[in-house]
Amino acid sequence: MTEPILDIRGISKSFGALRASNNINIDLRAGEIHALIGPNGAGKSTLIKQIAGGLRPDTGSVHFDGQDITALSTAARARLGMGRTFQISSLAMEYTVLQNAVLGALGHRGDVFRFFRPVMKDAGLLATARASLEQVGLEEFHDARVSELSHGQRRQLEVAVALTLSPKVFLMDEPMAGLGAEGSHRLMGFLDQLRHKAPILLVEHDMDAVFTLADRISVLVYGGIIATGPVEDIRGNPIVQSAYLGEETAA
Amino acid sequence: MRKEFFLNAALLGVLLAFPLWAWSVDEPYLITLATRAIVFAIAGIGLNFALGFGGLVSLGHAAFFGLGGYVMGVLAFHAQTYTPVMGWPLVINGTKSMPTIWLIAIALSALLAVGIGALSLRTSGVYFIMITLAFAQMLYYFTISWPTYGGEDGLSIYVRNGFPGLNTMDPIQFFAICYAILLIVLAFVFAASRSPFGLALGASRQNEERIQAVGQVPFRLYLTAFAISGAITGLAGALFADLNRFISPTMFSWQTSGEIMIFVILGGVGRVFGPVAGAVLFILLEHTLGGLSEFWHIYLGAILLGVVLFARGGLYGMVAGREVAHD
Ligand SMILES: Nc1ncnc2c1ncn2[C@@H]1O[C@H](COP(=O)(O)OP(=O)(O)O)[C@@H](O)[C@H]1O
Ligand SMILES: [Mg+2]
Repeated sequence: MTEPILDIRGISKSFGALRASNNINIDLRAGEIHALIGPNGAGKSTLIKQIAGGLRPDTGSVHFDGQDITALSTAARARLGMGRTFQISSLAMEYTVLQNAVLGALGHRGDVFRFFRPVMKDAGLLATARASLEQVGLEEFHDARVSELSHGQRRQLEVAVALTLSPKVFLMDEPMAGLGAEGSHRLMGFLDQLRHKAPILLVEHDMDAVFTLADRISVLVYGGIIATGPVEDIRGNPIVQSAYLGEETAA
Repeated sequence: MRKEFFLNAALLGVLLAFPLWAWSVDEPYLITLATRAIVFAIAGIGLNFALGFGGLVSLGHAAFFGLGGYVMGVLAFHAQTYTPVMGWPLVINGTKSMPTIWLIAIALSALLAVGIGALSLRTSGVYFIMITLAFAQMLYYFTISWPTYGGEDGLSIYVRNGFPGLNTMDPIQFFAICYAILLIVLAFVFAASRSPFGLALGASRQNEERIQAVGQVPFRLYLTAFAISGAITGLAGALFADLNRFISPTMFSWQTSGEIMIFVILGGVGRVFGPVAGAVLFILLEHTLGGLSEFWHIYLGAILLGVVLFARGGLYGMVAGREVAHD
């Protein structure tokens, strides 16, 4: 088996008396979609935050590409190759769609401290930005301001900006929420291909999507992972059934 | 976009035509008034770089305005009295050369801004406002209690500093220098607002989480913006000192910080030409209302309140509408 590119070892995190992450071990390997499922409030987003940065675990460590990155900032992790999408869209709201995508390409290229060239005329950045927008189906909305976009379009833009970073892994927190049937379907087709470029840790509520897409599934309940395995195992796992699937997708 | 362009052109046109007319009818006082507006505009452009583009609400920009002024005052004073500014460890002499004074004012203001920024940019909101204010107040009290350069009374520099090939004591020639600097500063800020740095800084102002997710550190962007901002306002301070041929601790006062902020708010926060409109408006109000009543600041306050409550984009927001996304 190949070395995992992302390896989370024994992460715990408490908010006061609430144990949001309880000794979590999870990894992500080349070419796979690893889905993270669990009821609302299980601690999925909290886990993503500790992997992407911005939230320091109480104990445990995050290893990325063979390096312990537990102490690194969010920006440093992004530069190492983590592409992330937020559960609640987090974009530059006053900017246009294209500006947000160019921002991603610029952040990735790294030459931010330049004061004279017009950034929106930079052919290299524009090419990256346009290609990414096209991949998620936003090419017709270049000039729309983010504040004018629907929720679903904002999710698509989140994915497009992550693409501009050419990351080594994707961390996606419910990218399909609010997309509608057609949008979800399109994004599913896209993610299906994307895994071959870089593996995806996918938080998702939609069970059909998860069972269709995922190579492996981890089930998170009350901050702890109760099962990890290939789709068939999880589907048939009695503990998972009673703890989670039995409630029949509360989402 | 077109409206904004016309407003920009009209502003620059009036700012040029008015003093030329005043010159033709021999009204040096009016030329000086226009020069004052331009110097204020430059100070406001400096603050706007931090406040408008970076969202850094500094109530301490008098620190840079004052520092620029004192750079001019101290250097000219020593040139005037043929004494070195400093004899040890290395000898630094005074100077009456404007370009040299400007460069030193810019460099020291940027340095001060890096110092203040490094300490204050870890905070935000009200804390940031209070810390920047506190730094300016510290310098204010320091200059009051520093007798060498006049202390509380300030310091007069009798002859305006020199610029190669020009007679700077001639109001219209000194105006021309300030106008040219305004154009250069505007050109730089316009370019920077559309540059990679401008895009990243604006994104950081809107959403720090977003800029971090694309691998950039907000603090570095803010610190750079603050340094540039301080440098521009410091340059304005040096020009202001030369305009009046006088410096005093008032340049460091919180009223000065407040007035610089008024230029920005009146004109339109975050608009490249906003502070130019704001400074012109301020001078107009000062001149007209100030003639009506010595309590003109009350009216100014009312107008400011009106702008903040009902026209948040300032003059530019009202006339030219929302800023167009640049491309
Ligand atoms: N910053 C925080 N402070 C306190 N409690 C938090 C914080 N972030 C999340 N929580 C709590 O941790 C639990 C897990 O939240 P979250 O990770 O968002 O769940 P999920 O994404 O699985 O729905 C919830 O009970 C939530 O209220
Ligand atoms: Mg969540």
